[in-house]
Amino acid sequence: MTGGDNQLFRLSAGGLIDRKAALAFAFDGMTLHGHPGDTLASALIANGVRLVGRSFKYHRPRGIFSSGAEEPNALVELRTGARREPNTRATQVELYDGLVASSQNRWPSLSFDLMAINGLAGPLISAGFYYKTFMWPAAFWEKLYEPMIRRAAGLGRAAGVEDPDRYEKATHHCDVLVIGSGPAGLMAALTAGRAGARVLLVEQDFRLGGRLLDERETIDDASATVWVAAVEAELESLPDVRILRRTTLFGSYDQKAFVAVERVADHLPEPPPFLPRQRSWRIFSKQTLLTAGSIERPIVFGDNDRPGVMLAGAVRSYINRQAVKPGSRAVVFAGNDDAARTAADMAAAGILVAAIVDPRPESSSAMQVEAKAAGAELLAGSVVTRALGNKFGVQAVEIAGTTGARTIDCDLVAVSSGWNPTIHIASHLGNRPTWNPQLSAFVAQVMPEGMQAAGAAAGEFALAAALSSGTARGAEAADAVGFTARRTAIPRVLPEPSAATPLWRVRGTKGKAFVDLQHDVTVSDIVLAEREGFRAVEHLKRYTTLGMATDQGKTANVTGLALMAEITGSDISRVGTTTFRPPFTPVAIGALGGHARGKQFRPTRHSPTHRWAKANGAVFVEAGHWLRAQYFPQPGDDWLKAALREARAVRERVGFCDVSTLGKIDLQGPDAARFLDRLYANTISTLAVGKVRYGVMLREDGFVLDDGTVARLADTHWLVTTTTANAARVMQHMEFCAQVLWPDLDVCFSSVTDQWAQIAVAGPRSRDLLRGIVDPACDISDARLPYMGTLTVTICGGTPARLYRISFSGELAYELAVPARFGDALMTAIATAGKAFSALPYGTEALSMLRIEKGHAAGSEINGQTTARDLGLGRMVSTKKDFIGRMLAQRPALVDPARPALVGFKPVDRNERLSAGAHFIDVGAAPTTANDLGHMTSVTLSPVLGHWIGLGLLSRSRERIGQTVVAHDPVRGRSTKVEICDPVFHDPEGARLRG
Amino acid sequence: MRITCPHCGERSVDEFTTIGSAEPVRPESSTDPAHWVDYVYVRTNPAGQHREWFHHVSGCRAWIEVTRDTRTHAIVGVRTASAVRSA
Repeated sequence: MTGGDNQLFRLSAGGLIDRKAALAFAFDGMTLHGHPGDTLASALIANGVRLVGRSFKYHRPRGIFSSGAEEPNALVELRTGARREPNTRATQVELYDGLVASSQNRWPSLSFDLMAINGLAGPLISAGFYYKTFMWPAAFWEKLYEPMIRRAAGLGRAAGVEDPDRYEKATHHCDVLVIGSGPAGLMAALTAGRAGARVLLVEQDFRLGGRLLDERETIDDASATVWVAAVEAELESLPDVRILRRTTLFGSYDQKAFVAVERVADHLPEPPPFLPRQRSWRIFSKQTLLTAGSIERPIVFGDNDRPGVMLAGAVRSYINRQAVKPGSRAVVFAGNDDAARTAADMAAAGILVAAIVDPRPESSSAMQVEAKAAGAELLAGSVVTRALGNKFGVQAVEIAGTTGARTIDCDLVAVSSGWNPTIHIASHLGNRPTWNPQLSAFVAQVMPEGMQAAGAAAGEFALAAALSSGTARGAEAADAVGFTARRTAIPRVLPEPSAATPLWRVRGTKGKAFVDLQHDVTVSDIVLAEREGFRAVEHLKRYTTLGMATDQGKTANVTGLALMAEITGSDISRVGTTTFRPPFTPVAIGALGGHARGKQFRPTRHSPTHRWAKANGAVFVEAGHWLRAQYFPQPGDDWLKAALREARAVRERVGFCDVSTLGKIDLQGPDAARFLDRLYANTISTLAVGKVRYGVMLREDGFVLDDGTVARLADTHWLVTTTTANAARVMQHMEFCAQVLWPDLDVCFSSVTDQWAQIAVAGPRSRDLLRGIVDPACDISDARLPYMGTLTVTICGGTPARLYRISFSGELAYELAVPARFGDALMTAIATAGKAFSALPYGTEALSMLRIEKGHAAGSEINGQTTARDLGLGRMVSTKKDFIGRMLAQRPALVDPARPALVGFKPVDRNERLSAGAHFIDVGAAPTTANDLGHMTSVTLSPVLGHWIGLGLLSRSRERIGQTVVAHDPVRGRSTKVEICDPVFHDPEGARLRG
Repeated sequence: MRITCPHCGERSVDEFTTIGSAEPVRPESSTDPAHWVDYVYVRTNPAGQHREWFHHVSGCRAWIEVTRDTRTHAIVGVRTASAVRSA
C-alpha cells in the first residue's frame, strides 16, 4: 500500500520497485515517500522535487542531472548528527525508511539563497580567480578571504564529531575479477565461472544488470531483466563465484592489486549489530575484466544547468527502472540515435515529447520513424541555444537552426552527445587513453598487464556487441589462468542503431554555458584559460578547476578537452587527457582505516608482570608498543613524590622493577664472537664465559644505533640485550649483517624478548632479598657472582632462571630472568620476600632518576645524532678491529672537539628546577641560534642531592666543567643559570655497585 | 603490490620493509673514507631496473633482493641474499 504518500510523478505500472512497501524519508524537512528499489534521486523525482542543490561558486539552482556515479549536481548531506555524511550522490543513495537528507551549499534555504548574488558577480570568480584576486596581502588570506570563500563556495559539512560506526578491511584473491555487472560483465563472469575459475563480480549498484535495468531491452525473446535474474541465479549457484553488490572498485594498483569499498550498511538507518558500515576490500586477481560501462556526455548550451536538463540515458533510467517521470513535457536534444529510444520511452511513459532537436542536417530514418511514433516534431539541423526558466527549473528552450529560431515550452530537456567508456580503472597505473575517431571517444588501448575491457567500457556500445565481447574476454581470462572455457552461445537480441556524431557545444549562446556543473566551469572560463596561455590539459585543469570537484569531471572532462581542441584549432587526440587517479568515487577515510583507529591503531603489548603491576596500583606509560609501569602512587601522591620514594628505596634499601621489555637476542654458533665484534664498536670476543659486558653499536654512518649488555653464557652461546625502543630495529640490523654482509660467519640468532620475563632487583639489600628467592644450593656471593657476572640458577624450589649482576641504578643490583610464564609469580615472590627489607616496586620514572644520577645515556641522549664520543663512550671504541660504523665515525666533523658532548648540570640557585629541551647559551649572550651551545637532554629532581640535576650535550663541555652557562627554555619561559659538572652525580668511583 | 619471497611465495608488500638500493657493496677492508661515503650516502636514481633490499619482516625474516622497474613498478626478479652472494 502507498498510504499517506503523494508520488504524483510515479507511473502507475512498471519499474523494478516494490510498490507494496512505502518508505518514508525527509528532504530538507519535508516528509516524502518512495519504494524499495528507489534511489534518493528517483524518490525525489517521484515526489516532484526538481531543485535539489545550489552550485559551488555561483549558487545557481540545480537539479538531478544523471542516474549514477557521475552525478555532478544532486549532492546531499545524508543522515544527521555524528552520522552526517556530506557530498553523497542522491543518484546512488539507496532509499531506506527513515532516511534524512539535506541539500547543500545554500543559505539560508534552498529556494532562497542569498549567495546567489555570486552569479551576478560572475566575472569576478571566473577561471584563475583564486590566483588573481587574492594574491596579497598574505594575512588577509587566512583571516578574510578563506573564510569568506568557504562560506560562499564549498560543498557539504562533515559531521565534526567522531564517527560512531565501525569499518573493516578484507582481502580477496581470485582468478578473474569482473568490474561491473552490465551485459558484458554478466557474460564474462558466467563464461569464466562455468569454466571453473574463481570469479569475483563487483557491482557498485545494489542490483545486478547495469544499463539493462535502465532500458527496455529484449534478450532471448524476453525482457532483459528476466535474463539478468536467470544469469544472477546461475552465478549464485556456482561455488567459486562470488558477487559483491553495493561495492565500488575504486582503484587499480601495482601487481594486479585493486581496492574496493563495500557499502555494507549504508542502505540501512544504522549498521546492525556486529556489522560494519563499510568494508574495504583488497583484491588480488590474476585476470581482470573491465566491464564498467560508459558515462553519457552532455551538450553545452546556454543555461544548460537548469533543473530539468538531464542526460537522456538518465531519463530512460528513471522511467524504466523506477517508473518515475522526470517531467511532463520534454524536448530531446541529441545527435545520436539514442535520442530515438529516449523519445519512445518517454512517450510510453505518458510524457509529451514536444520535439526532437537533432543537430545533424538530416536525421536517420530510425529517428524519423520514432519521432512520428512518439508524436514529436523532428527538428533536424537544429540546436538548443538556451534553456529558459526559473529556480525550479526549465520552462522552455530556445532553438535555432535550419527551421528558424523558435521557443518551445518544456519542463524536461534530455540531452546526449554520445558516451565515454568508463576506463578509469584501466588508466590508474599511468596508461594514457587513446582517442578513437570512429567512436569519438577515449578508449584504453594500452591496458595494464592481465586486464581487458569488454562491452561499453571497450567502446562496444551495442547490446549484441557487449554480450559477445563479454563472452569472448571472459573465456580468454579463464583460459589464461588454466581453465578451458566453452564459448557460450550469445543470447539473441534485436539489432539497434548506433550512429553518433558528437556535438560538444552550441556556439553563440546567451547565458552561462556550463562544462563542469559541479565546479561551475563555463565555456568562457576555458576560452579565458586559452587566452591566458593555460592550454596544456594539466594547466587547463588547474587554472579553471575543470574536473577537480568530487565527481572528478565524469561528465565534464572530455567535453572540456574537446572545447580546448576546438578553440586552439587542434585535434582532441593531440590535446590528450589529464591523469586518472583513484578513487573512482569518494571513499570515507574510515573505510580505509578499518579497525585501526583509537586504541586499535596499533597493538598494545603487556609485559609478563602487567597484571601484578595493575593490581598494585601502577600508572602505565607507553614505551613503543609496550605499556610499562611508570610509578606506583600511594593516596595523595603525584608522580614526582611516588618516583622519589621508589628511587630512595633503591638507594637506601632495595627496589624491584620489570625490565622484560628490553630486547633480548639469543646467539649461538662458532662465529658468534666474531660476529659480535663486527657488530659492536667495543671488543666483545675477549669476554669470559659467565661474564657480561656493556656494548655500544654504531650505524654505518658512525652514529650510535643502540646500547645494551652482552652476556657469554657458554663458549658459543651469547645473549645480548637492546633498549626497549630499538629492539626490532637491532634485530633487523643483525639479520642484515648476517645474511647480506657476512653470510660466511656461522652464527644463528633469534629474538627471545617475549620468552623471558626479567626483573631488576637493585639496592644495597638486593643480594639479601635474592637469597630468599634463589634456591639455597646456588651460591650468589660476591665471590661467585661478582659485578658483571652471570649465573644459571634455580629459584623458588627448582624453577630455572638466569641471574645477571648488572646495574643501571649504580647500586648493588641484579636482573633475574625466568621463562615468561613465571614472570607474574616471580614478581609476587620478590614482593613477598622484599617485605622484610621494606622493598618497593619502582617504575620508569624512578628508573630514569637513578640513571640520570649515574650519568647513563638513554633514549634522550642516544637520539640518532650522537656519536660514542659525544656520549663519553669514546674510550670504548676499538681501534684494533673492523666494525660497523668504524670508518665514518672517524670523519673530521664527528671527532671535532667543539661537538656538543655529554656533561652534567646543576642549577646555580639549587632551588630552581631544570627543564629538558632548554638550550645552552653563554651568560649574557642573546638567545639566538648563532649563540646556541647545545641542549639539556634529561633532567630530574635528584633523590640523593635533593635538588634538580640534568644531563645535556654541550659544546666543549669537558673543558668547561665548573663554569656557568644559561639554560634557556623559551617554551616554558625559564632561563636558568646552571653550573657545568661531571655527569656522574652519585658514587663516581662505583664503589656501591661492586659491594 | 605483491612480492614473491623465494621462501614463502607471493605475499603482500605489507609484510616487507625496505632500506632501498641493493647496489652499494660494503667496502669491507677499505680504509679510504671516500669508499665509505659512497657506500653509505651515494645512490643512483635509475629510470628502469633497480635492485633493492627488502626484508620479509612479517614472514620468514629473510633479506631479499628485489629487482623492480622504477618506471612501471614491475618486479623483474627476486633473490635471497645468499643467491646474490653466490651469483
